Amino acid sequence: MLTKRIIPCLDIKDGRTVKGVNFEDLRDAGDPVELAKIYSNEGADELVFLDISATEERRKTLIDLVRKVASTINIPFTVGGGISSVEDVEILLQNGADKVSINSAAVKNPQLINDLAQKFGSQCVVVAIDAKIIDGQWIVHLIGGKVPTEWTLFDWAKEVEQRGAGEILFTSMDNDGTKNGFANEALAKLSKLVNIPIIASGGAGNIQHFIDAFSEGKADAALAASVFHFKEIEIKTLKNELKNNNIEVRI
Amino acid sequence: MNIVIINYGAGNIQSIMFALQRLGLNAVLSNNPEEIKAADKVIFPGVGEASSAMKMLVESGLDTLIPTLKQPVLGICLGMQLMCKSSEEGDTKGLGIFNVDVIKFSNKVKVPQMGWNQIYNLKSSLFREITDNEYMYLVHSYYAPLCNEAVATTNYEVEYASALQNNNFYGTQFHPEKSGDVGEQILANFLKL
Repeated sequence: MLTKRIIPCLDIKDGRTVKGVNFEDLRDAGDPVELAKIYSNEGADELVFLDISATEERRKTLIDLVRKVASTINIPFTVGGGISSVEDVEILLQNGADKVSINSAAVKNPQLINDLAQKFGSQCVVVAIDAKIIDGQWIVHLIGGKVPTEWTLFDWAKEVEQRGAGEILFTSMDNDGTKNGFANEALAKLSKLVNIPIIASGGAGNIQHFIDAFSEGKADAALAASVFHFKEIEIKTLKNELKNNNIEVRI
Repeated sequence: MNIVIINYGAGNIQSIMFALQRLGLNAVLSNNPEEIKAADKVIFPGVGEASSAMKMLVESGLDTLIPTLKQPVLGICLGMQLMCKSSEEGDTKGLGIFNVDVIKFSNKVKVPQMGWNQIYNLKSSLFREITDNEYMYLVHSYYAPLCNEAVATTNYEVEYASALQNNNFYGTQFHPEKSGDVGEQILANFLKL
């Protein structure tokens, strides 16, 4: 059976790993390549690298990092952050990334999703969606959750699926950093609405939260950062517990 | 050992290069027929859409070369699918090395299948020392149904062929280069054939 995936996310700034609480107050959590190796050995199913640096050097630094990661680990990984063109994607894939995640650029230019799916295949196009509830509606936000858009989460998810996205990475801004669990109700609705895999993100605090994201939220994968970086949850323990709760995982 | 990765513009070639390097080996990227013919082992990668990948193969004349190769050839993912008789994706005529038609998963399951799934009923020397039910990484929307040439089975909606073999031609739907240590073992097995 296809297993549920556990995905540590490494936020990268200037080649180092950081993790923000509610996307602010960044803390250093180590060398990305070393962390990648540890997670891969512990049984992570995939990794996500999210580049949040804003320097002119960022592109070159990121490509160097992608090459180092790809040469070191033997599991798939996704790269995101500031990707806005077919050329950006091409160079990342050429250097060993398996998938790319696009966020703001997709909202600003939805045709980018079609172009990427056409040129590289849907399997490598992850659309990341950040959303939070405003007046009872899940509204898509940009720029790390600072700028609201016209899109509701569910309309946008349907749109990106139709345009050729291979996967959706849904981060609940309301849950992110809280360690109170994933947005399971919205996840379950998303999972029913679209027929591509959904990665749950935002809110992981303990093992039960992952169990809930899979059983209640019907997520295909769950992503987290700080609970892994600061060793609050060990991936091996997490996967054993998921298995004990009849959730299929790769052990 | 002289390993050639067929370079026709549709492949996650770098990942395979890195995987070979972890096994202590280097490969040459080539679309040159003489170079490909002279190789000890040929790897035929592929990601993306079937009809456009096939178009690139035809343009470089590799569609007629590949079926005539005598050394072990390993098609990975879309590479494997292109070695089949046809693919429903883009209504594509394949190389006809494997006598099976590639079809799409129904919408009863999420498409693409993305992630780790088990392989079993292993029948090829490709899987020497690999036990049933190991997990492999797969990303695909189309699949080869079970057939005489199936040498591994996976279950997603239906049981289908996750690896194929016809004489010196091998194909894996999964990505051995992205499937952890077991995947690397399968690559190493191929290189020892």
